[in-house]
Amino acid sequence: MVQKLKPNAQKILNDIKNNKIFLLDGATGTHLQNNGLEPGGCPELMNKENPEIISSMAEIYYKNGSDIVLTNSFGGNKYRLRHYELGDDVFELNKLSAMLAKEESEKYTEKFVFGSIGPTGEFLEPLGAVSESEMYDAFATQMSGLFEGGVDGFLIETQIATEETELAIKVAKENFNILILASAVYDKGPKGFFTMFGLTPKESLRIFFESGAHVVGTNCGNGSEKMVEISKQLRSFTDKPLIVQANAGIPKIKKQDIIYPESPEFMQEKYKELIINEINFIGGCCGTNSEHIRLFHELIRRHNESI
Amino acid sequence: MFEHEGLSKEFEFVTKESEIKHIGNSIQNTSLKMQTIAFALIQGDQDTVGELTKECLEEGISANEILDNGLLNGMSIVGVKFRDNIIFVPEVLISARAMKAGMAHIEPILSESGIEPQGKVLMGTVKGDLHDIGKNLCIMMLRGAGFTVYDLGVDTSPEDFADGFEEYQPDVIGMSALLTTTMPNMGRTIQYFEDIGLRDDVRLMVGGAPVTQEFADEMGADAYGESAVDAVEKAKELIVLLKDLRD
Repeated sequence: MVQKLKPNAQKILNDIKNNKIFLLDGATGTHLQNNGLEPGGCPELMNKENPEIISSMAEIYYKNGSDIVLTNSFGGNKYRLRHYELGDDVFELNKLSAMLAKEESEKYTEKFVFGSIGPTGEFLEPLGAVSESEMYDAFATQMSGLFEGGVDGFLIETQIATEETELAIKVAKENFNILILASAVYDKGPKGFFTMFGLTPKESLRIFFESGAHVVGTNCGNGSEKMVEISKQLRSFTDKPLIVQANAGIPKIKKQDIIYPESPEFMQEKYKELIINEINFIGGCCGTNSEHIRLFHELIRRHNESI
Repeated sequence: MFEHEGLSKEFEFVTKESEIKHIGNSIQNTSLKMQTIAFALIQGDQDTVGELTKECLEEGISANEILDNGLLNGMSIVGVKFRDNIIFVPEVLISARAMKAGMAHIEPILSESGIEPQGKVLMGTVKGDLHDIGKNLCIMMLRGAGFTVYDLGVDTSPEDFADGFEEYQPDVIGMSALLTTTMPNMGRTIQYFEDIGLRDDVRLMVGGAPVTQEFADEMGADAYGESAVDAVEKAKELIVLLKDLRD
């Protein structure tokens, strides 16, 4: 199915052609935990039971400069939700997550919402027990909810399994006419950066763009320093749009408290290199907060004003 | 190098001197059949591993010999290739599955003769954490390496771990966490084992995406598994230490 992209999606792509950089948001999980999510609680259920917290999170990120906020739907697939006996609520919880963020975005003229799609946690056959058609349907249900709720793109993120990522891209491509972003986690090993399934940044560009992603990149797993390294590699192999979202470092423990070591100022300094590497979508992953986003916004605004 | 050409080729991936010596010696004087099993395991060919293991047992080769000279030699090379970024999680899982196909024939004999397998490991994701990808990977790898593994699933409280210990008497308990908010529950579980006087009876191992060696030390864990393959290595080391202590 080749369909014209919806206007917002097309607008974002056009703006990128004009060198605009889009700022995404900071962490969702840590924000929710600071606002009443019990350890082990279901984040997506908050879309239904604590919608005011989800709305206010979007509000805070938009206020601090995010152009795009992610929906609270990272684990919103049936495989994750059935751990909470919510396997039948996939469509509803995803739709709610999108509607909540969308409502906040509409208070501005040029703010957008991307639907967050995390890994299923299952392995496809023959490695695991889940068939391709079953997982296809699972992604389709999640994406339908997000689409109905009004998202402008799908961010298929924190991906480790190549075939699963390809499948998610395929589902998005075949059924919806909004942006598709595919973002993987890389680990630095003795031979460089690889996903757990052995994909290099270079190979991921080829595979994910060929599958139909509009934007490819990386999130999670690393602090800003390594993400800058990966961004440099990615940019050296493609002119197409890229997305990078770093963690605020690797968490450390200080007396029972978990600390993400990278301060907003530290990351702001490192993120200058993301702009040099012409990364088109920049945001924060685990451990980043509204202050990180505010400082990233300072950088990005300066860039966007100069174009 | 070795009698089996394919295995000799695989052995070229072993480049650290100490490992060349150690793994090389271990393979050197084994029969072609054992080398064929090791090679099939590296290739992830579960049918061949299963069939050859059965055949060897029928020929009167001891279960221990097949385990040490065939399966485990293959697994050593798999571990090296994984660590050195030559193969990745899918290939390792497929080799682990082949190992399991061999173990299916070997385990009944080992337990009949009263020989314990590699050891017993009790696994769970800590309280408050429902993420089991990493834990399940570790379980597949541990089983593949010949351990008996008991799985307590997700959201495992310190009390559940203690109950599991009483029930299964494992040598090692492996705790997994994906969320930074649930990581401290590893420390709480370790403390709980102290409180009820069981701390010295078992070795506690931790792992998970946000977990680091530094964190494991801070929590007072006995070992940190950086990856599923590393978890197997650490479990082996812990069990050797534990057996020395018991002797």
